[in-house]
This record gives sequence, structure tokens and C-alpha cells, in this order.
Amino acid sequence: MVTIEIDGKKVQARDGAMVIEAADEAGIYIPRFCYHKKLSVAANCRMCLVEVEKARKPLPACATPVTEGMKVATRSPVALMAQKGVMEFLLINHPLDCPICDQGGECELQDVAMGYGRSESRYGEDKRVVKDKNIGPLIATEMTRCIHCTRCVRFGQEIAGIREMGATGRGEHTQIGTYIERSVDSEMSGNIIDLCPVGALTSKPFRFSARAWEMQQRDGIAGHDCVGSNIHLHVRRGKVLRVAPRDNESINECWISDRDRFSYEGLYSDDRLNAPMIKENGIWRAVDWETALTFTANGLKKVVKTHGAQQVGVLASPNATLEELFLLQKWARGLGITNIDHRLRQMDFTGQEDSPILPGMPAAIAALETADAVLLVGSNIRKEQPILAHRLRKAALRGARVSAINAMEYHYPFPTQHCVNIHPIGMVHVLAGVAKAVAKLVKGADAEGFDALVKEIKVDETAREIAENLLQGERKFVLLGAPAVAHPAYSTLLQLANFIATHTGAQFGVLLEGANGIGARMAGAIPHRGVAGKMMEKAGLDAMTMMSARLKAYVLLGVEPEFDCAHPGNATGAMTEAEFVIALTAYRTPHFDNYASVMLPIAQSMESSGTYINLEGEWQSFQGAVAPPGEARPAWKILRVLGDSCGLSGFDYMAADEVLAEIRAASFAVTPSTTMAWRCPETLGLPQAQLTRVGDVPIYAVDALVRRAASLQRTKDAIVVGAYLHPVFAKRSNLVEGNNVTARQGEAKAVLPVIYDERVPEACVYIPAALNGAETLGFAYGSVELTPA
Amino acid sequence: MNAIVRYFKSLLLWELLVGLRLTGRYFFAKKITIQYPDEKTPLSPRFRGLHALRRYPNGEERCIACKLCEAVCPALAITIESEQRADGTRRTTRYDIDLFKCIFCGFCEESCPVDSIVETRMFEYHFEKRGENILTKDKLLAIGDKFETQIAADRAEDARYR
Repeated sequence: MVTIEIDGKKVQARDGAMVIEAADEAGIYIPRFCYHKKLSVAANCRMCLVEVEKARKPLPACATPVTEGMKVATRSPVALMAQKGVMEFLLINHPLDCPICDQGGECELQDVAMGYGRSESRYGEDKRVVKDKNIGPLIATEMTRCIHCTRCVRFGQEIAGIREMGATGRGEHTQIGTYIERSVDSEMSGNIIDLCPVGALTSKPFRFSARAWEMQQRDGIAGHDCVGSNIHLHVRRGKVLRVAPRDNESINECWISDRDRFSYEGLYSDDRLNAPMIKENGIWRAVDWETALTFTANGLKKVVKTHGAQQVGVLASPNATLEELFLLQKWARGLGITNIDHRLRQMDFTGQEDSPILPGMPAAIAALETADAVLLVGSNIRKEQPILAHRLRKAALRGARVSAINAMEYHYPFPTQHCVNIHPIGMVHVLAGVAKAVAKLVKGADAEGFDALVKEIKVDETAREIAENLLQGERKFVLLGAPAVAHPAYSTLLQLANFIATHTGAQFGVLLEGANGIGARMAGAIPHRGVAGKMMEKAGLDAMTMMSARLKAYVLLGVEPEFDCAHPGNATGAMTEAEFVIALTAYRTPHFDNYASVMLPIAQSMESSGTYINLEGEWQSFQGAVAPPGEARPAWKILRVLGDSCGLSGFDYMAADEVLAEIRAASFAVTPSTTMAWRCPETLGLPQAQLTRVGDVPIYAVDALVRRAASLQRTKDAIVVGAYLHPVFAKRSNLVEGNNVTARQGEAKAVLPVIYDERVPEACVYIPAALNGAETLGFAYGSVELTPA
Repeated sequence: MNAIVRYFKSLLLWELLVGLRLTGRYFFAKKITIQYPDEKTPLSPRFRGLHALRRYPNGEERCIACKLCEAVCPALAITIESEQRADGTRRTTRYDIDLFKCIFCGFCEESCPVDSIVETRMFEYHFEKRGENILTKDKLLAIGDKFETQIAADRAEDARYR
């Protein structure tokens, strides 16, 4: 630590810190444009010039390291003259039409110009004009306003990991833009809207719709991945107009993903359900709540009475709040229904009794930054949890060795050591190879039946190196992603990964799909466990069996079976054949019109109070930022009344807090832990000769809200449905790009266009799940036949 | 003596005549009563009457939806909604002034960077139905179109004091 003096105030600063950092910590304001605490120092705006004792000229505070006894003056005549001079130069080429600029009212340049600018311009020459660039559907540009601070350029390079923007030309001719007229496609690109100190880069969906001063800022929690990014919702007249990040160093720092930023558009989709509807004699009718709830309760009681409670299946979205999931299971179990699940995309439930209660990540999210070695198994972390990918990127740039085993090639925003891309069964074998290598390298690393299991497996160079990496260093992670959870041999992957983690001393974590996968387990929305992981005497059916068992009635909480379930074809079939389907949904879809018996409009998480538990076990409660549209109500309120109208006791909650208090009391001291007992998988499976489908969920198809966010659906990441094949493999199989093929998975089939994609491994076809056009197909990972249509 | 003076003053209705002197002065003075509505008082170019939205000579509306008038309005009488028009410019989709709320302070006019929202000399209007108190964008533009010559002349005259 060194002591310096800023404006006569003694300030302690870290060795090597810049003057501006010390000043910020001491609460002394120095104007700046290019400096940002999370980006490298560029020192190109010169706005932060300060006077330093014994320096001949003013020095930029953002690029001047502190030295012992340094005396800095930020408001001395020399400093002020320098700052005002820079301001005048910056305004030479900046248009003075703040009234039509979208940044007006929240513009750093506007603010600083009020403090350091002249009241009149002395510049009478022509101003520079720069042509606008189209950089995609999310970010609007007005490049004439750019002051060349290069924050956006540095963001791409340093944070997003893809250099998408750059500066071309010099001096006055400098232009910021994308190389060769490309769009900005990073899944974190929206952050450059916040970074831009002027109105050059603004939000396109929000464009010109409101002013900063009209909106109220409400706190919220992003509900699309297990990170639980902290967000601000900007609300005007009961409508969410935009979303901005809320600083939380331990979770999302000051970034959020585009999915969290632009998903609010889905709230105002045309198919939003505004009133409860019931189907009588095949005709849909909007009714009042009382009629709808009586109809629901009577219908369900009738099914329970005639077919028994085991003929009812309850499915919940992992994006539902803790309170909703808790009340759902309390209500269902109160009626004797044991079939309740939220693991919609999982297909392998073997050994679920032994699996950890809360399979999140025992370490803090911030700890990922300090990782020395990471093994990703079936995880497209960049698209699934962009915030975590950024943490891993920081680790990788520090020298962490990251390896990945996937069913198709995923582009990570960080350097990797080994990326094995192989068909799904191959993934298990490669992981078994790593496990075998670990067993060879570590003394006493063995488990019952392990040797026999991996007898046939050959340990190749890659497997050995991955194992060696995991044995070196202090902090190591083995992480399973959503494609691993949806994998047909998930339990085997889980056991092998756990074996590797245990014997290498690595932290083992599952990056669950949905915002509240951990919360759903905590609330007991799982067939074999109750609240806080209490084992149930009689386990109900899991999500997949519920579908194949063709039950008589289903309750859906925020679920769209044709997109959210492991086997969409099967799910739709089960729904259609059921006698009574209760859909608690925010949207009215043709599918629900077809098979549901009653549709109860629910609020989305931005419109209701609730709690999410993120992967590190952080309980984050939030309040509704706006009221739900029309007659829609928060699902916890609906479930509370449903509990009452079904004659159950213990449903007299007045507020969501009371529900939360009950869960808290029950779940005291249960934290995410991935400690689990070894249970030897029976077999590692044999590679199938035929074609295998690889079908992860694209980033902008993960839930109902995102699927309806119009701007996100126009991005490049919103991929079209199709049969993606490696060109070499496709040509060998006589499949030509653009031609249609029929994909068959058992009875399920769909006609898809062939698209060449070099990321797909041999003997595999990538057919993304959760997209329109794939809803008639089967399991995301499984055998598939392609025949020319 | 005083008694005699008082006797004659009251006999000759002296105080009445003093009072009537004032009456007489006004009787013969130049009249200031205006026979409204046949006659009207002169108005200042700064008169703050009914609002109007102006256009440029080429017919393009001036308003750029900066929302400064909405922000400055002390009575919260102005409601604006805006979006990007097809040609990419910033425009209002809704511009409502609630005349029941408006206090005719003229701040909106003062704050407008493009001289779009103005207050005209028009002060004779009435409402017959509920909801007519809301001046919508169409109505405001129509008022502007109708009085543009006068509005422009008033601005020109006042310009030298600005």
C-alpha cells in the first residue's frame, strides 16, 4: 500500500493502482470516458487529466500509477484547464442534438459537458459525419456520436472473447465498426450498450421509446440460467421497457447476457393469455377466476376419484419460482399425487435416489476465476451460462487448462487444451478413459466394479493429459452441462465425473438447465424427494415415465410440453390422450388449445414475487416489477387458492414471504453439494452403427419467454431447425445441403432441411431441440434415421 | 358656523354632487368596456392560450419526441409515447395534453428545442363530452396548421427578446 494525496486528502492505494482507482475509492470524482473498472486502460480520451506535483504536464489519471507521497490535484486551475480543453475537443465532432439522441438524460458526455463544457461552441467548421453500421438486431448505432473511447472494442477483446468491433483509420478519420460489415453476434454483446458513454451504441428494441427520467428502476433476478444474474428492470406505466445489469461482484459482476437483457420482449407477445379459459364440449370460453378454479378443482378431483391419484402427472418448469414449486408439490401431494417432476429434458433417471439433493456447484461462482484446471462434460457453457463462460475465460487467460468432452464442437470464448467432439456414446467412453487414467495416476483411486467397467477402455494421450491437468494445481472443476443432463447415459456420466472429481480433488458441479433447478429440488418438485431433499416413502414417476405411461390427467406449470420435454412427440401424445390437462401458462398456444382442458394465465417471474436459488446455493428473492397483464395472476396465488378449493389445509398464505419462510424453516442448512455415493454403472454402452441425433437446446429457445422475444429471435444465435451434418459425412451419405430429409426417431418424425455444419462429428446429426419444426421428434440424444423426403 | 355649513351642504345635496362628479368623469371619459364577443382586447404575442404542435414549411412535424416538455410540465398534463418511425427518425405516437390539468404556465413552450409545442392566442373553447379535454396529437397538429401564420408572426416578434 502506498499513501498519496488527492486534493489534499490522504488516500491509501494498492501498489500499482492507477490514480483514478484510488480517487474512485476515496469518492473523489475524476471525469472519464475511456476508463472502465473492468476493462484494460486505453488512456485515449484524455478526459481524466489531473495535475501531479512535479510533473511538467497534466497526466491522465487512468494511466498514471500511484507512487508514495504523490500529490494529485483534480480541480486545480491546471487540471481544470486541461479537462475543459479536452471537453471542447471532444465536442468538436460530437453532434449537439441531445434531444433526438436515445442516450439523452443518461449520457456521460452530456453530464461531463455540463460540468466541464463551455456554454457556447467556438467551433464553426463542418462536423464529421460517419455512416451508420448495421450490427444486428440488438444494438442500434449512430456512429457520428462516437467519441472513440474504444470501450466496445476492448469489451469484445477482453470480456466477450471475440474481437468483433475495431477501430479503423486514424485521427479524425477513425471509425469504430465491425470488420467487413458483420453483425455483432456475441451472446454478451448487449453490454456494449451500457459501456458506450455516448449515444453511439444503444438498445435497438428500446430505441426511442422512453427517457431515463421517466422510468423507475426495479430490482430483479434474471430467470433463464442457473447463474441468477442480478438485473434492473426499467419500468414505465406498468410496462418493462428494458433490462440492465445490477452490479454484483460475486455473481454477474457488471455484465448480463443478451438473453437476460432482451427476453423481456416476450412479456408482450401477442399470444399472452389474459384471462382464465375453460374448454366445455370442445369450445374454449373465457371465464372468471372463480369458475375456472372450481372447474379445475372439480375436474382434477374427478380424475383422482375415478382413476386414482397415481394417474395424475404434475410437471413444472425449472424456471418457476421456489414458492410456486413448493406450493405445487404441497398441493399435489396433499391430493395424494406423487408424480411430480421438473427435470423435463432428462431421460436417464438411474440412481436418482443416490444423486445429490442439490446438485449445483459447491464453490462460489467467483471461484471459477481462480481455477487451475477445468473439465467440461457436455456443456456449451458459452451459450448456456454466458456469465460462467466469462469467469472461465478469466481463468483460462490466467493459464487455467480447460478441456471439454462434447457430442459436437462448441466454440468457447477461451483457449482450450483438449476438445473432444464425439458421438454421445463416445463421450461416455472418453470420460471413462479419463477416469481410468486418473485411477492409474492416483494411488488408491478405485471403486467397486470400476476396473471391470473400464477394462475395455484404452487410455489415449488426450485422456491421460486431461487427467494429469486435473491432478495439477489447487482449484479444479469438473462441470456437467445441460447436454450432459439430457444425455441418454446421464447417470453414467455423473458417476464417472464424480469418480474423477473425487480422486483428483476437483470440485464437481452440474450446471442445471433453468433458473431454479436447485430451487425445484429444494422445494421438493421431484418425485422421490420432498422439501429440502427429504426422501419420500413412495417415489412417484419421473417426468419421462409420466409421458410414456399415458396418465389420465396432467398439471403443467409454465411448461410447453412440445418444446420443453425430453421426448416432445411422446409428450404431445400423452397430453392429447389425457382426459384432463390443467395448463398454468402465460401463453395461449395452438397446442394448448388442442389438448388442454383449462388454461390458467400466470405471471412471468418479472411480474411476480418469488425466489430463485442459483447454482452456488444463493437464495435470491425478488418482487414483481410490473403487474401481470389482464386477469393473469402470480402462479403461487393460483396454487394457494387451488389448495383451498381442493379442501386442503395449510394454504392460508397472505404473501409470498410466508411461503418462503416455511421453505426456509424446512430447509435450514441444506446447501448445494455434489457428494454422492459410487454406484457402478452396469455398462458404458456400445457405439451404435447407425446415425445418432445430437440435440442441445439453442440459446434462444430455452424457455417460453425467450422463445417469444422477437429481437433475440432475429439474431444469428436463433438458429433454424434442420438436420445439421458434417459436409464430408453428408456427401458420403448422399445428403445435399438445402434438400429436405425425413428424420425418424421410432414413430416420431419430421421433415427437415439438410444444413452443412462442420461442428457435428461423424455419424451424428445435429437437430436442435425446442424449436418449431422439431416438436414432433423424439429424444434429443438418440438414434435417428434420415431418408430423403 | 359649522352647523350652518352642514345645514346647507345637506340641503343642497353637496355630498351627492361630489359622488356624482366621479360618475360624471367616467360618463364622459373614453370607455374601456369591451363588447365581447363583438369586440376583443388586444393580445400579447406571448399570450398563453390553447396549445398547438407546429410543422416545418415542408409539412414535416417539428416534434422529435425529446420529452422535455413532458418532463418540465409541473402539472403532469403531457403524456408522450414515442418510437422509431419507418424512416428512422424519432417521433411521437401519442402526444396528449390534458387541459383539465394544464395550468398554462408555458414551460412546455419554453423547453421545446425545436419550437414545436407552442401556446397560441386561442382561448375560446369548450368541451361538451367527457374526454374532449384531452388534446391529442392530431388535434394539436390541426390547431397548429390553422394558426400557423399567427404563431410564426408571434415567434418572430418575440425573437428579439430571447
